[in-house]
Amino acid sequence: MALDKPYRDIPGTTIFDAEQSRLGYHLNQFCMSLMRPQNRARFKADERAYLDQWPMTEEQKQAVLARDLNWCIRLGGNIYFLAKIGATDGKSFQQMAGSMTGMSEEEYRDMMISGGRSVEGNRRIGEDGSAQAHRQPQGRAGRKEGS
Amino acid sequence: MAQITASVYTSHVPAIGAALDLGKSNEPYWQPVFKGYDFSKQWLRENKPDVIFLVYNDHATAFSLEMIPTFAIGCAAEFEPADEGWGPRPVPLVKGHPELAAHIAQSVIQDDFDLTIVNKMPVDHGLTVPLSLMCGQPAPDNYEWPCPVIPFAVNVVQYPVPSGRRCYQLGRAIRKAVASFDAPLKVQIWGTGGMSHQLQGPRAGLINREWDTAFLDRLIADPAELAQLPHIDYVREAGSEGIELVMWLIARGAMGDESGPGTPRVVHRFYHVPASNTAVGHLILENT
Repeated sequence: MALDKPYRDIPGTTIFDAEQSRLGYHLNQFCMSLMRPQNRARFKADERAYLDQWPMTEEQKQAVLARDLNWCIRLGGNIYFLAKIGATDGKSFQQMAGSMTGMSEEEYRDMMISGGRSVEGNRRIGEDGSAQAHRQPQGRAGRKEGS
Repeated sequence: MAQITASVYTSHVPAIGAALDLGKSNEPYWQPVFKGYDFSKQWLRENKPDVIFLVYNDHATAFSLEMIPTFAIGCAAEFEPADEGWGPRPVPLVKGHPELAAHIAQSVIQDDFDLTIVNKMPVDHGLTVPLSLMCGQPAPDNYEWPCPVIPFAVNVVQYPVPSGRRCYQLGRAIRKAVASFDAPLKVQIWGTGGMSHQLQGPRAGLINREWDTAFLDRLIADPAELAQLPHIDYVREAGSEGIELVMWLIARGAMGDESGPGTPRVVHRFYHVPASNTAVGHLILENT
């Protein structure tokens, strides 16, 4: 019998379950290594060479090099592990979270100051809230990159 | 005998720690957050416990994907503040209470909760930010936290995390364990994390004030029923990281029942949006 995964119908959200964890094991363990200052220095000196020491997939390495956190998460990354990359880059949690919405840093900060993202329309896939697939990217940063 | 005298509930947003450590607490953005804890700091000075049992989650700091304990109790004599990638927070070493921790582990495991006993682990912002919020920055000439702390780490990172019901029952078992410790200790239990927030994907930044407010109301007055809430409701309504709120149910479960003699009373309640990506919620309950 299949396992019950009711969280699959929430828009813009990936739940880090055992299946994602298995996919992302080496990606997340690479992130974990950045907790040590000497590893942060080695990674910064030559990112590609550092990544090549880990048995990650090529796509996972590309996602890290691109600093595309949504891509990393699709490949099994978890935000608390990925945050170590952001810390290495000197980024705050707000900058990291905002980067996944396509908003500029300012747009995202303003949304938070005005009370955050509303849950209305964002509870289930198929509604019409700001986190739904047909509304991406949400802001200037996403449009500028033309992705 | 030892007894649980009070419980504290608070968010543990890392940016709060960074704001304190970088001297930004008087900035207009942060002022309203810290103002909500002015009463709490005074209250803690006047109601200093002998031990704090601090329920929090490790954020991929002490526990990588090599090992993911669902419930881990820190039994060591001391715990070092972790380097989470930005360098360790400039806060005192956390002193443990090995005797009480070992006693609770023995009692709670015999009550069918399979705790992992941890004798060495660094502690991250999940544990040190609540201490900073409640205790302030320790003075240089007396550089220590006001009392020993037993860290109790709950897995809320990899699904499935423990249910609210399980957490609430675990709180009950901790209450029983503390009550059977043969020394007159005043113990506070703190439940941390939450409130609504989501740190990932296009839905990042989700906040649900209405849901948070109802959660606080029900935690005070109707916790046994609140504990029945399934995970999916937390994720859908309070964001993927809002699931941290199950940890508040451990602390609430360790307190007095919601009705009858000894019902806890609310001495402080605070709510503010935002701190970085997160809704900050805070409660203090005293057993009567």
